[in-house]
Amino acid sequence: MPESPRSITRDEVAHLADLARIDLSDAELDHLAPQLSVILESVAAIQGVAGDDIPPTSHPLPLSNVFRADEVVPSLTAEEALSGAPEAEQQRFSVPRILGDEQ
Amino acid sequence: MTETLLSFDDVLERYDPALGLEVHVELNTASKMFCGCATVFGAEPNTQVCPTCLGLPGAMPVVNRTAVESAIRIGLALNCSIAEWCRFARKNYFYPDMPKNFQTSQYDEPIAYDGWMDVTVPIDGGDDETFRVEIERAHMEEDTGKSTHVGTTGRIHGADYSLVDYNRAGIPLIEIVTKPIRGAGAKAPEVARAYVQQLRDLIVALGVSEARMDQGNLRADVNLSLSPKGSGTLGTRTETKNVNSFRSVERAVRFEMQRHAAILDGGGSILQETRHWHEDTGITTSGREKSDAEDYRYFPEPDLVPVAPSREWVEELRGTLPENPTARRARLQTEWGFSDLEMRDTVGAGALGLVEETIAAGAAPQAARKWWLGELARRANDTDTEIGALGVGPADVAAVQQLVDAGTINDKLARQVFEGLYAGEGTPEEIVAARGLAIVSDDSALGAAVDKAIVENPDVADKIRDGKVAAAGALIGAVMKEMRGQADAARVRELILEKLT
Repeated sequence: MPESPRSITRDEVAHLADLARIDLSDAELDHLAPQLSVILESVAAIQGVAGDDIPPTSHPLPLSNVFRADEVVPSLTAEEALSGAPEAEQQRFSVPRILGDEQ
Repeated sequence: MTETLLSFDDVLERYDPALGLEVHVELNTASKMFCGCATVFGAEPNTQVCPTCLGLPGAMPVVNRTAVESAIRIGLALNCSIAEWCRFARKNYFYPDMPKNFQTSQYDEPIAYDGWMDVTVPIDGGDDETFRVEIERAHMEEDTGKSTHVGTTGRIHGADYSLVDYNRAGIPLIEIVTKPIRGAGAKAPEVARAYVQQLRDLIVALGVSEARMDQGNLRADVNLSLSPKGSGTLGTRTETKNVNSFRSVERAVRFEMQRHAAILDGGGSILQETRHWHEDTGITTSGREKSDAEDYRYFPEPDLVPVAPSREWVEELRGTLPENPTARRARLQTEWGFSDLEMRDTVGAGALGLVEETIAAGAAPQAARKWWLGELARRANDTDTEIGALGVGPADVAAVQQLVDAGTINDKLARQVFEGLYAGEGTPEEIVAARGLAIVSDDSALGAAVDKAIVENPDVADKIRDGKVAAAGALIGAVMKEMRGQADAARVRELILEKLT
């Protein structure tokens, strides 16, 4: 995975906000971009200290191979599953019209 | 919208195709990849879901051990290296088929990588050719939910809203990605088809998936690009989705080659985009353009710890691999005494395993081949059904052949028995009894029909009396007609000769 950039531009913040479906105003972008840069720079200081012999940590616990057996356990009922849905129809979640395309 | 296409011969004269195939295999585990929900196909909507696969806050995933084993076995069967250590990653995107707003997948650390598969490509009027397809990677991920688009057109565009069933969300998938396949030239469509078909054979032999294309257990995306002939470069590619049969894989490659070439010939450039294959019309149409929105912001999945398969485990799994399908094909061809063409047709019809089981159930190899390719393949084609899903299995075919061998029925009557089997009328024996199909070899019944034939064909009878035994054929035909094909032809011949010589 790419290394973190040491600073982030206003355009990059706008792009990320767009990807994350967060609607940011121009004023918010002006406000947030420098703050995010400060955070990135602070974290980058750690990269300066860590040598090549220090592997990046993605998981804090020294664990691997945590598996479960391939066994079926009871699921929720459809009523339970749909109980939090704003809208449901034909025992399915009803969602707004989708622009774009399936993955 | 009509696309301009260049003739296939012209494409080959001016361009080199490069293929890339991405195949998703839905595993046949009892439970999902990261939770214990069942994976039964066709269950009532949203009855196989839980907080984990619905992406509810606080739910924690745990990896299905059997799915990891299947992934490693697939990797080994594709001659891949198996990662000593790898992680899952979140692929972030907003689409309601994944309620978590990300798909748990693998990114730059696939569990299997750098493999190959030797694909046998049939050549018209010649020997089969072997083509090596390099495998880039095979990685673990999860399937998405199923959306139904509600609206005036029933299509995504123009839909008013969508309804989502998450039963499929979280079912384990293995995505197998080839390296660019170059140098296939005119055979590119056949290579693509043969690869997907033989990959399916391998998956079936491994027993890790139902691998039914028509049920979506096996899904192929076809990447294609063209480069000027001899240039050695790679052109801009398109990715065609929704290719749901082996034949469509071949057709989609051919179509895209011709479409790309027409655009390039006209001085245009290829748009890097997703294309949708349309089975009914045999064309692709534009899906979505690849763009910045494709930035999935992958990052390591913090809720799942790394997978680090020990070398002992990997070797243990290697010991469970079935015979390599190519080696198996060669062995069976020798055992059965099939010609190259007979073998190719058997494999092409998807009937290799069915023929093998039919022989194991007692039928002679040529008889097993004859019924599967002559009768059942035709039926599969006529009814647009997979040959293994006709409701007539190897045991039935062997039983029909046993009736033929015993002289109870002949080949012609056997076809009527198959009609009965399709209609679910019972076992072959029951169908013969119920439909009254058994051959008559009883002398009194045959004798009457023979006498009638002699009386009605005095000229033929005289010829036989004069010693022209070959003329008996005409009388046998008359008897067969009289007895609606159910006479024992050998006995009829004997009776005719007894009576006239």
